[in-house]
Amino acid sequence: MLLDNNRRNPSGILPSEITPQALFEQRRTVLKAAGAAAASLLLPTQAYAAQTLDFQKTAYGKEEKLTSFEDVTSYNNYYEFGTGKEDPAREAVLLKPTPWTLKIEGAVKQNKTIGIEQLMKLAPLEERIYRMRCVEGWSMVIPWVGLPLKALIDWAQPTGNAKYIEFISYNDPRHMPGARIPVLDWPYVEGLRMDEAMQPLTILAVGLYGKVLPNQNGAPVRLVVPWKYGFKGAKAISTIRFVEHMPHTSWVKAGAREYGFYANVNPSVDHPRWTQSSEKRIGSGLFAGRIKTRMFNGYDEVGQLYAGMDLQKNF
Amino acid sequence: MKWGSYMPAWIYRKTFSMGLSQRLSAISPKTCIRWLKAMIWLGALVPVLRLVYLGVSDGLGANPVEFIERSTGTWALVFLLVSLSITPLRQLTQQAWLIAVRRLLGLWMFAYACLHVTSYLWLDYQFDWADIVKDIIKHPYVLVGAAALLLTVPLAATSNQQAIRMLKQRWKSLHKLVYVIAILALLHFWWLVKKDVTEPVIYSVVFALLIVLRWPLLSKK
Repeated sequence: MLLDNNRRNPSGILPSEITPQALFEQRRTVLKAAGAAAASLLLPTQAYAAQTLDFQKTAYGKEEKLTSFEDVTSYNNYYEFGTGKEDPAREAVLLKPTPWTLKIEGAVKQNKTIGIEQLMKLAPLEERIYRMRCVEGWSMVIPWVGLPLKALIDWAQPTGNAKYIEFISYNDPRHMPGARIPVLDWPYVEGLRMDEAMQPLTILAVGLYGKVLPNQNGAPVRLVVPWKYGFKGAKAISTIRFVEHMPHTSWVKAGAREYGFYANVNPSVDHPRWTQSSEKRIGSGLFAGRIKTRMFNGYDEVGQLYAGMDLQKNF
Repeated sequence: MKWGSYMPAWIYRKTFSMGLSQRLSAISPKTCIRWLKAMIWLGALVPVLRLVYLGVSDGLGANPVEFIERSTGTWALVFLLVSLSITPLRQLTQQAWLIAVRRLLGLWMFAYACLHVTSYLWLDYQFDWADIVKDIIKHPYVLVGAAALLLTVPLAATSNQQAIRMLKQRWKSLHKLVYVIAILALLHFWWLVKKDVTEPVIYSVVFALLIVLRWPLLSKK
């Protein structure tokens, strides 16, 4: 009998030992998935940056000529990655914008955290084409994608003591070469008065040009307040704190004579270094000259927030 | 390494049979001056030609006006410091003929300072004189920069043999203005930067070093 069996099955492998075809094929998909996971571990930022966003178009800035993607993503002030304008685009590759959790704390019903994916779902994402005026006398027009800051404030449920909001940027000297040097008092801190934060123009941007934010522009989430100088736009926000008193913001700490808490774009308040009555529009070319800077960067609707305030003193 | 195997025999013989230092000192100062001047011209033209090339090939970055202002300003400062290094260099190397290239270096400083101001007046402000005057009066760094440039004009104007002959001793005291210009130019740089003072520190240290190296010369008098 034994001899007979061997004759019929010369390999000597028992039928029970053979892997069924279905299982065999499943093994291939498992391997593929493992490969993809390994690849995404190696290239987390590239995979993130390639992500396109679902968003609604809005009427904001429809008439403006956009600054090129190239200029928006290669000429940045982001001192955590160096003080040169080209430094952030080169150095920010080490930042991992995902996974990302924002801490919400201070004068709120309850301290909590929110993941970046959940944040993006608090309100429908919108495209907002805004002018951005830097305190250094240049400007851009950027198609941000984001959501009103108000959506997050409503979710956070601040208490009656919340008069201001403090935005604290991510600070990681290991991956941020500029943060190893005390050019500013790290971490970067910015702030808004509550009514400024609730203003419909104020957004948390998570993308630009229809895609998620490039690291050098403040991935994964940054503040955009278009009627204020660009430095108000805290990048890579890690903590949002509701507070009773005016926050000590980074640039005010660095030089209170030059930078104010409000930092509203104002052509009639000059800066000790830079002319504020006119600006250079990035991408306009070598011979285009300067354009006149407008009060509140042309966003007149915010004027009522400052009714009765001396904007020469509260610059 | 055997140089002989890489060089034509006649160059090898000419260079090494006499000994290098002997060869060098055998060259007349006149030849040295001619070669050094040619090298200065070449070196001085590179930055401005680079700007032209980058301008034509769209390589000046997002803010081309700022790029040109920064570059020409930096090179003006570099030529100023290099021209100030001639005197200590003469002392250290005992090569008296070096003085002959100082004027050329000074004039290149003036040329870059002029390019710097032209890019400011034209590219940045489109000759909008009302805005320019406001900018100069209101911003200390622009004011000291403007003062530095104005002071270089008389120096450039008197940088010829005739003026040296006519002004005699006064020429020397007039050209001491270069120290004032250097201090104003450095202040201009210090007050311009927002927060990162690395570059102004480097240039200031070089200037301080060039002054310290003059000490033995001054105390001898």
